[in-house]
Amino acid sequence: MAERSAAELGLYACRVCAMIARPTAASAGDSCPRCGAWLNRRAPHSIARTWALLCAAAILYVPANLLPVMETASLFGKQQDTIMSGVIYLWASGSWPLAALVFFASIVVPAGKLILLGLLAASVQWRAQWLPYERTRLYRLVEFVGRWSMLDIYVVTLLAGLVRLQSLATIKVGPGAVAFGAVVVMTMLASMAFDPRLIWDNLKDDRGHRPE
Amino acid sequence: MIPSHRLPPAVSPSPKLIACHDCDLLQREAPLPAAGAAICWRCGAVLYRSNPGSVERTLALTVAAAILLAISNVFPIVAIESQGQRNVSTLFGAVLSLWNDGLMPVAALVFMTTILIPAVELGMMIVLLASSRPPPRLLRLLLAIRPWAMVEIFMLGLLVSIQKLAHLATIIPGVALWSFGALMLVFAALTATFNVHELWHNMARQSVVSDG
Repeated sequence: MAERSAAELGLYACRVCAMIARPTAASAGDSCPRCGAWLNRRAPHSIARTWALLCAAAILYVPANLLPVMETASLFGKQQDTIMSGVIYLWASGSWPLAALVFFASIVVPAGKLILLGLLAASVQWRAQWLPYERTRLYRLVEFVGRWSMLDIYVVTLLAGLVRLQSLATIKVGPGAVAFGAVVVMTMLASMAFDPRLIWDNLKDDRGHRPE
Repeated sequence: MIPSHRLPPAVSPSPKLIACHDCDLLQREAPLPAAGAAICWRCGAVLYRSNPGSVERTLALTVAAAILLAISNVFPIVAIESQGQRNVSTLFGAVLSLWNDGLMPVAALVFMTTILIPAVELGMMIVLLASSRPPPRLLRLLLAIRPWAMVEIFMLGLLVSIQKLAHLATIIPGVALWSFGALMLVFAALTATFNVHELWHNMARQSVVSDG
């Protein structure tokens, strides 16, 4: 292997501004000379923090999907919608592209994030050697797509805010939305806590040794 | 693509060295052709881009986005008409009614991600791009809050909720609906032209000049 990481050479690479600092000029916990960010070779307790946030998100994922996110009261009675029944409603009303979009953003993305981030954290914890390039790309995908699950929060907020035709119909946001919003925030924080550089730190060189 | 070199530990860190933020690989910075991007040799992450004139262009787009954000929040998004009743709503009105319904966490989340953080982000960018000595700490703060500004996701949520409402009532699009659409496009454009790497470099050069 003809490549070296900054940490292997004892250098600090700033996570925020990418400035490289020498250990004589800086030590862990110092601030970056350029931007003032906290200097560390790797994000501290990255894997433990990722697991903690993922566990919180996984627990909240249950009420987020079971409790109603929207309660509609009209002349024809009351109706409660969960995330999934909202998708089914869109599908049944014929707007398939939007149904597919909401299904992807609200069902596939949160579940996929929990599974993929768990997989990445486990692979780092067990010092996996396989497919570092693909795992890094997977991480970038998770980080990029993750925010889009906020979509349903906006949909229920807008519906509740717009439909206030007193005698005809009112839409209220249900308790499931609180849990769902928390899942989105927790999974975003979890993907920020994960340090993808750890994937590469575990790689052994051709002779089976860690490059040091 | 930048060729990667095996760098002996004695090599002193310089602004010419760069560590990949996704895999920590040390690489030598090379000048790029206009509108080019440097990709990490090992994991494929984008290290930095070159887009000449990005400061002026991004500043212009940021001012435009700030105006559009103001318009989007002052004027109503849609008016809903059903059997003689009419209901006009702004985004802030929707957030407020959510708050009054007792769903403070969701109301706060929507307010922060669609109004407060985009506004703060644009304000910070104007200061960073327009001032002759931009404070590095401001850029660090900007990078930390950026993932939480979700105008583009909100716009999609708006489309989904209008589609859902179209079955219930007559919808009259308001000024803010169009300005939100324009805001989404301008936001995407300014994110693409904003060159963080160039700003850090300018700051580094200035601190060298002021030290010497």
